[in-house]
Amino acid sequence: MTTDSGPQRHEQSSVRAPGAPASAPPAHVPVPEHGRIVPAIEANGLTKIFGRRPQRGVRMLKEGADREKLRREGLTAAVIDATFEVAPGEIFVVMGLSGSGKSTLIRTVNGLLEPTAGSISIDGQDVTHLSTAQLREVRRTKVSMVFQHFALLPHRTVGENAAYALALRGVSKADREQRADEALGMVGLKGWGGSMPSELSGGMRQRVGLARALAAGTDVLLMDEAFSALDPLIRKEMQDQLLELQAELGKTILFITHDLNEAMRLGDRIAMMRDGRIVQVGTAEQILNEPANDYVAQFVADVDRSRVLTASAVMERPVAVVGAETGPKAAHKLMRENQVPALLVTGRNRTVEGVVWEEAVADAVKRGVDRLPVSTEIVRVTPDTPLVELFADAASSRAPLVVVDEQGRLQGVIPRVTLLSALSVPDAVEEVPDPNAVEDAPVAADGQSALDQAGAV
Amino acid sequence: MSTSTDSVLPDLHIGDGVKSAIDWIYDNLSPVLDAISTSLLFLVETVTDTLLALPALVMVVLFTLLALLVRSWGFGLFTLLGTLLVVSMDMWEPAMETLGLVIVAALIALLIAVPVGILAARNDTFSAAVRPVLDFMQTMPGFVYLVPVVIFFGIGVVPGVCATIIFALPPGVRLTELGIRQVDSETVEAGEAFGGTSGQILWGIQLPLGLPTIMAGVNQVIMLALSMSVIAGLVGAGGLGQEVVTSISRLDVPLGFEAGLAVVILAIFLDRLTGAIGQPTGRSLVAMVRSRRAAAETVLVDVG
Repeated sequence: MTTDSGPQRHEQSSVRAPGAPASAPPAHVPVPEHGRIVPAIEANGLTKIFGRRPQRGVRMLKEGADREKLRREGLTAAVIDATFEVAPGEIFVVMGLSGSGKSTLIRTVNGLLEPTAGSISIDGQDVTHLSTAQLREVRRTKVSMVFQHFALLPHRTVGENAAYALALRGVSKADREQRADEALGMVGLKGWGGSMPSELSGGMRQRVGLARALAAGTDVLLMDEAFSALDPLIRKEMQDQLLELQAELGKTILFITHDLNEAMRLGDRIAMMRDGRIVQVGTAEQILNEPANDYVAQFVADVDRSRVLTASAVMERPVAVVGAETGPKAAHKLMRENQVPALLVTGRNRTVEGVVWEEAVADAVKRGVDRLPVSTEIVRVTPDTPLVELFADAASSRAPLVVVDEQGRLQGVIPRVTLLSALSVPDAVEEVPDPNAVEDAPVAADGQSALDQAGAV
Repeated sequence: MSTSTDSVLPDLHIGDGVKSAIDWIYDNLSPVLDAISTSLLFLVETVTDTLLALPALVMVVLFTLLALLVRSWGFGLFTLLGTLLVVSMDMWEPAMETLGLVIVAALIALLIAVPVGILAARNDTFSAAVRPVLDFMQTMPGFVYLVPVVIFFGIGVVPGVCATIIFALPPGVRLTELGIRQVDSETVEAGEAFGGTSGQILWGIQLPLGLPTIMAGVNQVIMLALSMSVIAGLVGAGGLGQEVVTSISRLDVPLGFEAGLAVVILAIFLDRLTGAIGQPTGRSLVAMVRSRRAAAETVLVDVG
């Protein structure tokens, strides 16, 4: 971004309604090379060390020192060599226990803390070494933040709080009141603008915090343990609301939490942090099924897998499939060869037509019929259905559940047994129990799930 | 045998050093001292004259109304009885002279203390540098200030005001710094995260949220100013201090007690008044009118 921050710029940013989805990227965003989308947030080797002369800590880390050694030197390595990208419109969750460095990490993104080493880019713009004025401009136009304890101004009304970001950048009173009202409406607080924050419950206060960030109209939203201070029921409600809003607005959200279930519910991708390092980045399913190390494996051991895993993660390659024009004799032979009681019948382009059962086929062969006795009593499910919604169908259907894509093409099948075994925790990763293993664990950042391939036929 | 340390440690003659510094100031900066003297005298006389412009009983009513307005009817009652007592003891004029001195000294002390406190809250080095100075100002016996200020300004109200300012300043700085530092760090972060300038954060977040503590500092400044203003009677600052000094020299118990009682009444009045501004009780006339109006509006909305 250029350093020019004249009033015109403010006018421009104030015109866009807070609810407007991320439209065409602004002119200053570098043109994507080779069709690569510029990440909304990009961290490269990000390191933050607290203490006197923190640069020596960076040097020590390079020489192989661990966190403990730095601590003896009076240095606290809060974030060590964090590298990740957040795509536009993605909810990226950073998950870790207290002391894992996640709060420090999020504060380096909008420059509340300056990284000791490495860099952070927002929309392709390096924000690591900006002047105070440039940084302020980035915060006003690109990144807003929601805080764990709401951080509302207790002496201002809800409406004034929601309009706070706009007031800071000098938007006219009428304009900012209108946008604050819209934002309050989006979070379900229409008509509360005149109340004081002290009159609101915790959940409602955090809605105000969310409205304040939405009213700012930035594309990137940082959420620091935003729902952690709320009751479990309210938390769930807020998570649902956030997902609803996200479907509508398509913001880029960097969400920090210590609650794994929350991370799994919200995150398109999750980064697991431990002792200042990112130990694994992946989708909820990847983290559940392919934990990078024992630490992650232990962590995910008591997650409700049925809500996280989807049909595509557990589906299997169908063992036996026949074309619709196959004769009963050929089908019968196939069944005997494969020792299966039923065959899936597919038509053109692998669309699923139904299932044939052994007794029906045997009967057809006996009677000399030349068409397959196809039964259409099968249950089709989409790949992204959570397992918890499959149980009822699996119980009522004799045939395995059939996973099909939007065009009705066969993706895989889920027999009852598979469904049940998917809920058990996979064996811990075979790994020598070495305390350093966690630190050195490779980061699985590829977007491909191995189980997806298992389902492909 | 005396175990004198004279031979071991040299006598640094710090007191002599201070004396020559004061002499130097007196010799070289007298125009500045004169300007300070003239303007302070003008300020105190203006304020005191204003307080004494109206008849005592009218002022009693005004003070009572003020008490009702900002605190509660109980405080209003105390003010009414207390000020009437001061009038009946024939202490009204010296009491108003003291009040005038206190108001001027406290205002000037705050004009210095609050900005210094803000700077100290924002800059650790400055804070560390200021702290020993404040300790010095606060613990040095009040009488000691009277000597140099009398050299500078002679006998009268002005040295009294100066000594009072120096004596009353430290808690103003300390509590302003504390008030700003204890504002919830996340709320300050919110100001930064949305791109607030440091001025916007100071005026929009730190000062309003630190206000109760800062007002406690204001309260302390006023109370210390009042106690010092009595001591300032020793250098002819007038007011209730004058009455106390007179009573000591004459061993006049009734006069001393009455003057002392007037000081106490003035002190309680000022303490409760500034305390209520810092932390509203919700039982003041202002608060009641406000809540009535809010209730009326709610009813209107319900009906509508």
